[in-house]
Amino acid sequence: MQIKINNPKCCSEKPVIQLTAGEKLCKNHFNEYFENKVFRTIRQFDLLGKEENLGVAISGGKDSLTVLYLLNKLSKQNPKIKVTAIAIDEGIEGYRDKTLITAKKFCNENNIRLNVFSYKEEFGLTLDEMLKILDVKPCSICGVFRRYLLNKKSRELKFTKLATGHNLDDECQSILMNQMKNNIEASARLGPKVGVISDDKFAQRIKPLYLCTEKEVTTYAFINSLLDNFNECPNAIHSFRAHVRDMLNDMEKKFSGTKYSIVNSFLETLPMLKEKFRGEIIQICSKCGEPSANDSCRACVYLEKLRKSVMH
Amino acid sequence: MEKIKINVFIDKENKNSVLELNGNPSVLEVLNKLKINPVTVIVSRNNELILEDEKLKDNDEIKILSVISGG
Repeated sequence: MQIKINNPKCCSEKPVIQLTAGEKLCKNHFNEYFENKVFRTIRQFDLLGKEENLGVAISGGKDSLTVLYLLNKLSKQNPKIKVTAIAIDEGIEGYRDKTLITAKKFCNENNIRLNVFSYKEEFGLTLDEMLKILDVKPCSICGVFRRYLLNKKSRELKFTKLATGHNLDDECQSILMNQMKNNIEASARLGPKVGVISDDKFAQRIKPLYLCTEKEVTTYAFINSLLDNFNECPNAIHSFRAHVRDMLNDMEKKFSGTKYSIVNSFLETLPMLKEKFRGEIIQICSKCGEPSANDSCRACVYLEKLRKSVMH
Repeated sequence: MEKIKINVFIDKENKNSVLELNGNPSVLEVLNKLKINPVTVIVSRNNELILEDEKLKDNDEIKILSVISGG
């Protein structure tokens, strides 16, 4: 299902952004445009019910603070939607420690309950320590443990849904990355509502910023004082995703609207992909009891490798 | 043509620098000179966002803020 964005109002006030389609918007009209887009995304993709115990995964970065800010606003208008923040401390020195300060400050100032869980406490090692022991791509191992913890803790905290700050750029990159790696099954799990099948073992993840470009999110964050100093994960700089991101931005510069086209055309195929992969059966990890594609989940496989490497 | 000086802060590099440019450059000309893709940044002057076609004056101070997610 393709989503068309309605033409927003233009006005005579000084513009703060030029949208992909060319319209220039002032601060107030852009705020209105952005918030309407997010709330329309929530409605059109049925991301929230009338009552929710909603978890919001935050890092302290602009995307997650923007989605938390907006969902908190929604919660104040709809008290049956409760909002709690959850953050994962991977233990990446010089990066995560800084972004978590921003996350904690924001939650304090806005009276939002924040739960922080760390790799060190849950797995016995920080990501920095894990990378010294195992020769693996940092983003692969980091992603496995972060998703594992978010899922497990969301269930323990009884979240009905878990919102993340993933935006249009993130989705676009993921779509192309999966194509390039011949991993179409992973694309079946993409979309504004993540996953192929719903199951009690998984917290349903939703992406309210799904149709917002990274530039739109940054502009909104700037205007609403949600933007902190630039911080980039030291492990992400040379990642596969970073290469795809740079390629996409080059294309968007030359051919405006490329990112919207990729995501819109993907949304047309997504129902077919979800149908194709609907038959997969979720197993339980024999070691930890968490959902798994195989007998052992990927987190336990990595933990076993770490244990063996430390022993030798 | 007269040269003007623009003070530029690039948040990604956490660096201040001074650019010397001819005449009345636009934000886009500054980004092109610095080889920065305009899709990847927003630009502010005196804490207000400005667009690519905004003309800059002598001694303007601008901040070039990356839109790229950190992780």
